[in-house]
Amino acid sequence: MEWDWNFVWEIMPTLIQGVKITILATLLGSVLAAIVGLGIALARRSPNKGLSRTVGWAAEFIRGTPLLVQLYFIFYVLPDIGILLPPLVAGVIGLGLHYGTYTAEVYRAGIDNVPRGQWEAAKACNLSARQTWTHIIIPQAIPPMIPALANYFIAMFKETPLLSAITVLELMNQAKSVANTYYRYIEPITLVGAFFLVISLFSVVLLRWLERRYGKIER
Amino acid sequence: MTQWSGYFGLILQGALVTIELTLMGSVLALIMAFLAGMGRVSRFFALRWLATAYIEFFRGTSIFVQLFWAYFVLPFIGISLTPLQAGVLALGLNVGAYAAEVVRGAIQSIGREQYEACIALNLGRWQGMRHIILPQALLVMLPTFGNNAIELLKATAVVSLISLTDLTFQAQVVRAQTGNTLVPFTTILIIYFILALLISWGVRSLERRMARGLDGVRA
Repeated sequence: MEWDWNFVWEIMPTLIQGVKITILATLLGSVLAAIVGLGIALARRSPNKGLSRTVGWAAEFIRGTPLLVQLYFIFYVLPDIGILLPPLVAGVIGLGLHYGTYTAEVYRAGIDNVPRGQWEAAKACNLSARQTWTHIIIPQAIPPMIPALANYFIAMFKETPLLSAITVLELMNQAKSVANTYYRYIEPITLVGAFFLVISLFSVVLLRWLERRYGKIER
Repeated sequence: MTQWSGYFGLILQGALVTIELTLMGSVLALIMAFLAGMGRVSRFFALRWLATAYIEFFRGTSIFVQLFWAYFVLPFIGISLTPLQAGVLALGLNVGAYAAEVVRGAIQSIGREQYEACIALNLGRWQGMRHIILPQALLVMLPTFGNNAIELLKATAVVSLISLTDLTFQAQVVRAQTGNTLVPFTTILIIYFILALLISWGVRSLERRMARGLDGVRA
C-alpha cells in the first residue's frame, strides 16, 4: 500500500485535536503526580509506623501493576460503588496515581540528599518543623529533583495512548477511528509515531537544558 | 451463583500467556540491549550512529504506538505477524532500547584502570571486554535489568488491545460474561503484583549469587 500525502493532510486536523487532548492529559497528570508523589514521600517519612508502612505497601503495589489495568479499574469498577468519572478525569487520575508512586522516590532521594547539617542548623536556629521544611529543606531539595521529575513526565506522556482504551479521544484514539473509517492504517499510525517522536525529541532537548540549569547545585 | 472456578481457569490461562510474553520479550530485550549498548561504545562511527538511532527511536515513541504499528501497519508492507509475534517484537525492541542505555552506562562505569590493565596485559579489545569489563559490568546492570523486566511485565497488559488473550484480555472476557468488574480486575492486579515480586526476588538472588567472591574487588 502506498503512502498518500493527500490523505495525510486530510486527517491532520483530527489528529491535531487528539494531540491537544494528549498534551492536556499529560499536563494534568503531571500536576497530580507531583502532588501525589510529595504526599507519598512525606507519609513514608512520617513517625507514625502504621501510616508509613501502609502507604509504602500501597505505592509498591501500584508501581508493580500495569497502568492499563489500573485505568480499567478506575473506569469500570469505581462506577459500581457510585463514583462515575468522565473518561478524561479517570485517565488523569490513573496517570497521576501511577506516576505519583515514581515521583515519590524522586522526592525521597531529593530530601535524603539534603545534608544532615542543614537539619541540625535549623534545629539550632530554633525553627519549627513547618519552618524547617518550607524555608530550609524544600528549597534545597527541589532544584536537583527537577530533571528526574521531568524525565517521569516525559515517560507519562508516552503512556497517554493507553487512555484510548478507556475511550478518551486522545491522539491514538483519533488515529484509530480515522484508520477504521477509511481502512487505511499506515498513515494514521505512522503519524502518531511521528508526533510522539517529535514531541519526545523536543522534550529531551528541554530535559538537557533543565539538567544543566538545575542538575548540580554548588555546595 | 456464578461459576467462579471456571472463570478463574480462564484467568490462569491468561496468566500463562502473560508469563510467556514476558519471558520471550525479556530474551529479545536482552539481546537488543547488548547489541545496541555495545554499539553505543563502539569505535566505529556507523555502529554508534545506528545504535543511537535505534535507542532514540524506540525510547522516543510509545510502546503502544509501536505495538499498533507492528500489528496493523507491517501487514501492509507484506509482513504479517501473529499477535504474539507482534507483541514480543514490540515489547522486546522497546524495553531493549531502555536496557541498552543500562548496558552502556554499566560499561562506562567500570574504572579507567581496568581498561588500562587490559592494555597493559596486551588483551585485544574483544578479549578485554569479554573477560575483564563485562563480568564486572554485568553486576552493575543486574538491578536495573530487574526493573526493566518489571516494566516489560507491566507493558504486556497493552497486548490485550491487539486481541492477544493475556491476563488483561481474559479479565475483560470475564467482565463481559459475568457483569462483575471488581473480582476479575482485583484478581489480575494481584497476579501482576505477585509476578512483579517474583521477578524482583529472582533478580536479587541472582545478584547475590553473582556477587559471591567479588567482595573487596568492587569499588
